[in-house]
Amino acid sequence: MSGVITRRGLVSGLVAGAGGLLSGCDKLGQNPRFRELLKTGEQGNYAIQRLLQNSTALAEEFALSQRSPIFRANGTRMPGGADYARHLATGFADWQLVVDGAVARPQSFSLGEVKAMPARQQITRHDCVEGWSAIAKWTGVPLKLLLERAGVSRQARFVVLHCADPQSNGSMYYESIDLLDAYHPQTMIAWAVNDELLPVPNGAPLRLRVERQLGYKHAKYVQRIEAVTSLAGIYGGGGGYWEDAAGYEWYAGL
Amino acid sequence: MKASDMNDNADTLPVQTRETTVPKGRGRAIGALVYRHRLPTRLWHWTNAVAIVVMLMSGMMISNAHPHLYWGEFGANLDHAWYHPPHFPGWATIPSTYNLALARHWHLFFAWIFAFGLLAFMLVSLANRHIQRDLTLTRAELAPGHLWQDVKDHARLKFPTGEKALRFNVLQKITYIGVVFVVLPLLIVTGLSLSPGFDAVLHWPLDLMGGRSSARSIHFICAGLIAAFIVLHLVLVLLAGPYNEIRSMITGRFRVPPDRDETPQHNPTLAPTLMPNLVEDLT
Repeated sequence: MSGVITRRGLVSGLVAGAGGLLSGCDKLGQNPRFRELLKTGEQGNYAIQRLLQNSTALAEEFALSQRSPIFRANGTRMPGGADYARHLATGFADWQLVVDGAVARPQSFSLGEVKAMPARQQITRHDCVEGWSAIAKWTGVPLKLLLERAGVSRQARFVVLHCADPQSNGSMYYESIDLLDAYHPQTMIAWAVNDELLPVPNGAPLRLRVERQLGYKHAKYVQRIEAVTSLAGIYGGGGGYWEDAAGYEWYAGL
Repeated sequence: MKASDMNDNADTLPVQTRETTVPKGRGRAIGALVYRHRLPTRLWHWTNAVAIVVMLMSGMMISNAHPHLYWGEFGANLDHAWYHPPHFPGWATIPSTYNLALARHWHLFFAWIFAFGLLAFMLVSLANRHIQRDLTLTRAELAPGHLWQDVKDHARLKFPTGEKALRFNVLQKITYIGVVFVVLPLLIVTGLSLSPGFDAVLHWPLDLMGGRSSARSIHFICAGLIAAFIVLHLVLVLLAGPYNEIRSMITGRFRVPPDRDETPQHNPTLAPTLMPNLVEDLT
C-alpha cells in the first residue's frame, strides 16, 4: 500500500494525469452532447435572471462625469459593400428602417422619422464579452415605440435585427432578443452617442442598445427589425452572428 | 511497511475528533485508523476540487481574451490598466486553443456546481457542527505566543502528531476560514457582478466594490489566491504523507501519527497500539 506510492511517482502521475485531463477536456468540449450539457448553464442563467429580474428592472445609469473618455468600437468598424458606401456618401439620406415579420402593419421609417420620434437618453455601461467595459450616453427611440407602430402579433416571440455589415463568413451581421428585452424601457434604437450622431465604427446610422446583455447583442448598422415566432431557419438558427459563427451564448446576460 | 513514517499531519480536516468525543478510559490510539472526514465534507471537497480546477483553467482562457485589469466603473484598451495578466499557455487553459465562447460555456456551467456546492457545504457544515467544532478559532489559539509557535512549526515543517494531528492547527484554521468564507464567496459575488443581467437585479455589490472593472480585478485576484492555496495545499499533503492524507479524504479514515516525544519506552501503555491495523477506531 503506502510503500507503492512514492512522492516522485505521485508527482509524475499528477503531471501525466493533468495532461490527460487537458486533452480529455478538449475532446469533451468537441463532443456535441457534452456541449449541450454545458449549455444547460446558459439556459439556467437565462431562467434564473428572468426569474429574479423585474421585467423592467433597469441597468444602472451613470452621471455624465462617469463616462469613458473614449468609447471604444469593436467588431465591424467600416461595413463593406457598395450599398453602405453609397449611404455613407449621402449622409444616410435614404436609409430606411423596416419593421416587419409577424406584425399587423409593416413599417418603414426614414432616418428623419426615427429621429422625430420620442427619444430617450441614457448613460449606461457597455460590457463586452471579452471583459472590457465602457460608459457612454446614448440617444434613441425606445424599440417598444417602433414595435407598437407595427403591432407585433401575439404569436411573435423574438425580434431579429438585420444589419448592413457583411461578415467574413459571407453572411450579414444579425442579432435577436426576446420580447421581454425588446419592450424593456432602456432597449432602444440609438442614433447618437455622447450627443453626436453615431460615428461609423459605433454603428452609423442606427444601432441597438439592450442594456442588460453583453456587447455583441447590441447590433450595429440596423436596417430591418423582424418579429418572428422562432429563430430556426434564420441564418444559422443560433439567433445571432456570433452565436452561429463561434457558439457564443444567445442569452448574453452573463 | 512503515505506516508510521507516513503519518504526519498537515492539511486535513478533522471531524468529531475533540477529546470530548473520545471514549473515556481509552486514549486516542496512535497508529489507529480514525474517522476524520465525514461524507458531506468529502463529497464537497472533490466536487469543489473539480469545479475549481475547471473554473481556473477556463478562467485563464477568458483572461486571454482581454488581459488587462482596471479599477473603477469602466475599463477598456484606451484606459489605464493597473495590471496586464500574462498570456496563459494552452496547457493551462480549457480549451487548450483560443476559444472564448467554449471557455465561457465551461466556466458558466461549473459556476453552478461551484456556487451551489459551496452553499450546500456551508449549510450542512453548520447543521453537523463542522464549522463550530473544527473551524472556530479560540482565544487561546489566537494568543500571539501560540500563533508564533505555529508559524515556527510550519517553517520547520514540524507537523502535529498524535492527538494534535486530529485537529486543525491555528494557521490551518485561518487559511480554511479565509478560503471558505472570504475568497470563495468573493469569487461568486464578483463573478455575478460581471453580469449585466445580474446587475439589473442587484447592484449594491458593484457599488461596494467600486464598479465592474474593479469587480473583475477582484475576481482575478481571488482566483490567484485560490491558485496559490491549491499549490500550498498540495505541497503540504505531499510533505505530510500523501497516502494517509488522500485516503482520509476518500474513505474518511486517517491513521493517527505517532508522537515524536512519546516513544513506547516512555509510555508503555501506548505500546500495543503502535502495531498498525490492530485498532480500528471509528468514532
